[in-house]
Amino acid sequence: MILRYTAQRLLMLIPVSFSISVVIFMIVYLLPGDPIDNLLRVGSSPEDRAELVAQYGLDRSLVVQYFVWIGNMFQGEFGQAIVLRRPVADLIAQNLPYSLTLGGLAFLFSSTVGMALGTLSAMVRNPVLDRFVRGFILLGSTVPGFWLALLLILFFSVNLGWFPVSGARGWESLVLPVLTIGFGGVALVARVTRVALLDVQREDFVTLLHAKGLSSGAILFRHLMPHALLPVVTILALRIGWILGGAVTVEFVFGRPGLGSLLIRALGQRDYPVVQACLLMLALAVMLGTLIGDVAQAAMDPRIREKKS
Amino acid sequence: MKTSSMTARTLDAFARMSIGRAFASGIGMVAGGFLVLLVLVAIFAPWIAPFDYAAQNLMNANAPPGWPHLLGTDEFGRDVLSRVIFGARTSLSVSATAIAISMAAGMTLGAAAGYFGGFFERAVMTVVDLTWSFPDILIALIFVAIIGPGLTSTTFAIAIAYLAQFTRLTRAQIVRLKRETFIEATINLGAKPSHILLRHLMPNAIAPVIVVGMLAIGDGIVLEATLGFFGLGAQPPTPSWGAMMSSGTAQLFLSPWVIIFPGVAVAVTVIAVNLFGDELIRALDIRDRLRGS
Amino acid sequence: MSMLEVRDLGVAFGAVQPLSDVSFSVGKGETLGLVGESGSGKSLTAMSVMGLLPLIGGRITAGAVEFDGQDLTKLPEKAYRKLRGGRIGLITQNPMTSLDPLQKIGPQVDAVAVLHLRMTRAEARARTVEILGTLRIPEPALICERYPHQMSGGMKQRIVIAMALAANPAVLIADEPTTALDVTVQAQIIRLLDDLVKSRDLALVLITHDMSVVAQVCDKVVVMYAGRAVERGSVEAIFERPRHPYTQALIGCIPRGLEGTERLTGIEGTVPTVMNYPSGCPFHPRCPRAEPICAREVPAFSTGGDSAAACHFAEVGHAKPA
Repeated sequence: MILRYTAQRLLMLIPVSFSISVVIFMIVYLLPGDPIDNLLRVGSSPEDRAELVAQYGLDRSLVVQYFVWIGNMFQGEFGQAIVLRRPVADLIAQNLPYSLTLGGLAFLFSSTVGMALGTLSAMVRNPVLDRFVRGFILLGSTVPGFWLALLLILFFSVNLGWFPVSGARGWESLVLPVLTIGFGGVALVARVTRVALLDVQREDFVTLLHAKGLSSGAILFRHLMPHALLPVVTILALRIGWILGGAVTVEFVFGRPGLGSLLIRALGQRDYPVVQACLLMLALAVMLGTLIGDVAQAAMDPRIREKKS
Repeated sequence: MKTSSMTARTLDAFARMSIGRAFASGIGMVAGGFLVLLVLVAIFAPWIAPFDYAAQNLMNANAPPGWPHLLGTDEFGRDVLSRVIFGARTSLSVSATAIAISMAAGMTLGAAAGYFGGFFERAVMTVVDLTWSFPDILIALIFVAIIGPGLTSTTFAIAIAYLAQFTRLTRAQIVRLKRETFIEATINLGAKPSHILLRHLMPNAIAPVIVVGMLAIGDGIVLEATLGFFGLGAQPPTPSWGAMMSSGTAQLFLSPWVIIFPGVAVAVTVIAVNLFGDELIRALDIRDRLRGS
Repeated sequence: MSMLEVRDLGVAFGAVQPLSDVSFSVGKGETLGLVGESGSGKSLTAMSVMGLLPLIGGRITAGAVEFDGQDLTKLPEKAYRKLRGGRIGLITQNPMTSLDPLQKIGPQVDAVAVLHLRMTRAEARARTVEILGTLRIPEPALICERYPHQMSGGMKQRIVIAMALAANPAVLIADEPTTALDVTVQAQIIRLLDDLVKSRDLALVLITHDMSVVAQVCDKVVVMYAGRAVERGSVEAIFERPRHPYTQALIGCIPRGLEGTERLTGIEGTVPTVMNYPSGCPFHPRCPRAEPICAREVPAFSTGGDSAAACHFAEVGHAKPA
């Protein structure tokens, strides 16, 4: 049943990924100026130009060009970086692990700490604690990420000297970036967990669970948490893109390698093959996240499994 | 004519009731009061700022907070407080303009999609859902990359980044309202689509959209600051909170106040917007309607 | 012998006192009907007996709840938990929302026997299947593997009853067990409960607003109004000689089929809410024979024959309901 559901979701991704790839493909054509020039270094020879035209079929119709392009992408042929003069695939391969590490750790941090905080504020009926958590949630969802990053650097790296100011050497360099991205993530997860727990506690079946003689702890872990997890999983899956987006600014501020800083640098240098490849990778991550979220939800909730199949 | 007066009346009633009620709570009053004050500061910046925001004084560069430069000076010796005050102008106007554009376009698209349904709806919503799953900063970055840096492109980048939100919300409201009896009755009576849409659907759908718009102004300020920080927003010497922090990174260790104060301005403003927005949601009792979209 | 006895129960939420002076008792093999309109405090009484008031922010301020001679209001939470689901079972109002939608039926019922009878999972499952069978649920072993949303309301209510019965309780509290069900299913569930009382020697507290259900299965009745008990007695006494004007009005609301030419009567006015309970006799604003004293003094119970009513004029009129 769950396999069939996964297959269905995968099928539904086809039109979405098609539209995304078309948009990314079209960026070069939306830019002012000649699209071929946009893909070439300034001062390239006519021979270089002819080679590019032949390689991508740039003299053919747009539709053909798209299929040539997407075909290349599928084979990992991302083309040549204009400014960095290296195969784009190499750049991606070099930067991707950094982003995955940072994103993965930030994701783990956000979900565990966020759920713990949210649960605490929903279950412990302590107005002081509740106000603290709610204040934290408000701060976490409003303070700009790059500013928080700068403050953390100022305090922990400059004043206390605990962590390196920038770079990507060793675990120490990961602490502040993870904290920065995690701050917003923790706030988000905590808010969703809190609301979900407060909502589910009002359901009739919870009264009946108490009437069965179960202890509050057993009710929380065996019955309430699975319900609270549903919206948390949804929001986390939806926000995988946002965590990556947070990584974009944070990588830049901390001077870490990664897809985000690669993208920003490429945008600044108008290195469009790199921009296209980075965007494709990010889009892929966003879609994978949504897929995993959907499947995880279906695995947890029998009602969803049946509705869609 | 009737249509516009109807909408105007709804809006008017909405404004009087809910804004009044949002101000009535303690938090709402503090947050709302701060926002009113901020708008006044932005409007009267030239009269309030103690110094010329662009006046350089290299002899007094990177001066720490004190007298007469209450918040210190930056690497060109410009007064940070004056720049923060003028920055409020840039940040507020860019964000508010962007959100207004985004809201108008999103409401039109969403209402049309929700009302007409069919292929049109599916086409619009596919594109919208696509941008929805992408982080706002990425969408804005791509847009700025295509048409180049500056305040105008920042404004449109923000408008596009939040377009999906307004389109989805408006469509959800319209779809929900269309199922209600009084609308069905109007449709069955043979009213014209434009009449139903403008006279009956929009006035009823507008409250949640306006509240979300209010909250989005906060997000817009953060986004403007982020683009500014990357050097893609306001160009020198125009002061904007984001741009100030961007030029300040180089001086992070030497003169941290150049970064701290604009950031505080952003954070406090956005928090005030959120608190006031929450009070509005409570006063209007529309939390459930916001959830479903 | 009475299994459950409630004496002068009072409940408060902060400064609000939605329940006062409620008393009743039920013995083995006996069914007590707790009747009244919605908002009269019936469900609160059930929550008080289950010791679940803290869950909704309330507390017992007066009186006692005695189970098998033991005062539950002074029982520590841990010991109370052993009684809940173990010796006292609860059946809730809405079967649609009474089961955890994310778990299969089997484990939800098994949990009770595992918890209270110290059974292994396998033993508990065998017991679950057996109980579901006695509740006339077809293919019980298969049902255990189903999820709640795959079952009808009547089936779900039987599952809820099975959970309440799983640990062999002595007392069963059924809070409007049929309100949310179809009329045909209602009759089945009521008959099922009645059979259980007889076959298992249960003490059943049946909370309902349906006087015809009371007439069918109850031995004793307590009529509640605005958070107070206003009349109590044997079912015969209450139906044949209702002495409180409110009870008389309630009985006047029962349709009597085709035989009678009597007119069906409603009760004028509305039920007061907790925030505006009237002074004196809670029923006086709607009472056809209210006198000045009714607004001033809360009437005491006066006993006559098989019943007792809290009315200043309980002795005066024994008029048949209109």
